[in-house]
Amino acid sequence: MNAMIFTLAAKELKSLFASPLAWIVLAILQLILAWIFLSRLDTFLLLQPQLVQLNQPPGATEVVTAPLFGSAAVLMMMAVPLLSMRLIAEERRNQTMPLLLSAPLSMTEIIIGKFIGLMLFLAALIGLSGLMALSLYAGTAALDLGLLAGNLLGLLLISACYAALGLYVSCLTSHPALAAIGALGALLGLWVINVAPGTPESLFHWFSLLKHFESFNRGLIDSADLAFLLLFTLTFLALAIQRLDADRLRG
Amino acid sequence: MTQEISTTTVFAQQLSRWFGARGAVLEINLELKKGEVLGFLGPNGAGKTTTMRMLTGNLAPSAGSISICGIDLLDKPKAAKQLIGYLPEDPPLYRELNVDEYLTLAARLHRVAKSALKNTLEQAKRRCGLNEVGKQLIGSLSRGYQQRVGIAQAIIHNPEVVILDEPTVGLDPIQMREIRTLIRELGGTHSVILCTHILPEVESVCDRVVIMHQGKSVYSGSIEALRQMREGHSLQLGLRNPPPSAQLQVAGVSAVEKIADTLFNIQYTLGADPSEALVKAAAAQDWGLYQINRQQASLEDVFVQLTQQE
Repeated sequence: MNAMIFTLAAKELKSLFASPLAWIVLAILQLILAWIFLSRLDTFLLLQPQLVQLNQPPGATEVVTAPLFGSAAVLMMMAVPLLSMRLIAEERRNQTMPLLLSAPLSMTEIIIGKFIGLMLFLAALIGLSGLMALSLYAGTAALDLGLLAGNLLGLLLISACYAALGLYVSCLTSHPALAAIGALGALLGLWVINVAPGTPESLFHWFSLLKHFESFNRGLIDSADLAFLLLFTLTFLALAIQRLDADRLRG
Repeated sequence: MTQEISTTTVFAQQLSRWFGARGAVLEINLELKKGEVLGFLGPNGAGKTTTMRMLTGNLAPSAGSISICGIDLLDKPKAAKQLIGYLPEDPPLYRELNVDEYLTLAARLHRVAKSALKNTLEQAKRRCGLNEVGKQLIGSLSRGYQQRVGIAQAIIHNPEVVILDEPTVGLDPIQMREIRTLIRELGGTHSVILCTHILPEVESVCDRVVIMHQGKSVYSGSIEALRQMREGHSLQLGLRNPPPSAQLQVAGVSAVEKIADTLFNIQYTLGADPSEALVKAAAAQDWGLYQINRQQASLEDVFVQLTQQE
């Protein structure tokens, strides 16, 4: 990575932490996740006597952590647009874009720098929920670390998709609120896109983002899902770069 | 030829920019030498800011070429942008950062080496009078200080070309003078393009001036020629006991216009200033002279003159 991207990412991270919004999103998300974690743990403790009678009983990781990350993937969908909305839209609104555009930076460096800045924040958020899951060590030594790692990776990848889409939408407007609503709308749309089709081989399933998280949620790293999430991210980053460059041409 | 490349810092040819069917800038030619301060004048909407945005790579021109110190801005934007410092009309400030953080960011983005960072920062702050506010949030600074931070940002990487778009807007007279001094100082070692609509500002700091009107360059030349143009050729004369207008027609006077009962506007042909003759006549014939002043053409008058010549 070059130094410019890192400089921009660091600035983005600093700006995020300088705004109360990021802290509030972080706090609320952690609170809700902790609540879900607690209730799943309760269920597990309640069911444990029955579970042990099973032939291959599901462990704490499967009962507690997997649903926790499943919910986290949905919650992130709501939270990321709030964090990504400012990335370009606010620079436009505050007329600060010229600083970046007159500096010796390429559009790619600007977009990637901002994306990485946001991803660092999201990684911290995901890391915290990972710690929540690791706290199960206090009660049991039998944690399925593979399942946990799969979930963390999946969550990171799907968050990258959200962030890339949010960043692209932020490039389309100079109103952060519009960018947030646009990104949220698009993400919700991609979530429910496969509600109607009955056949499992329908193409709509392919475009449902969360569908591609499901294998990670089960602790499975499916290369098709991995490729889809990565391609989705790259596509929207490329679109964002394109869009920013078009600005220079269109004025 | 090599000599020319090393001293010409900005060279723009046939620069045009269209927004849809509206031509904001039409075939502007610019050449700036090292150490020169070029004034860029024009009324609002003349295309000054659009030109500045093109020269700094913020906006792609519809036609024409720009080279900075011999490097083509469109072919090698990174190398060319490295040589430019730009203060747009609205200073691009991150309000949530403090002055030191912001200037460090600006320096890093312009590839100032880490080892030189501290010195660069100190120098820029000293030049712009920002020493006491380094730890303050930019959002909490007054408009004048924010403007200074904007200028510091533009000069922090010691660029060959400094482009300032209305740098003294919103400043008090003392700050304005400081900024003008700073611009003149910059002019010694860098090339400066100063974009403004304040004529005295141009007169006090610039070597050359370009006047834009409706996207076209209507005047380009030395500040001396502009000064002569600005001097105009009319007098305002106040007389307590005015004689008939015909008696004011001394040598050189081309027209006499009565503005009020005791106030006259006297037009004269260029170079034939009738002030002395009029004062003598007023004293001899007891007209009760209480006011005589040469009318300096306002910026608008210069524009009108220039656009009518077109």
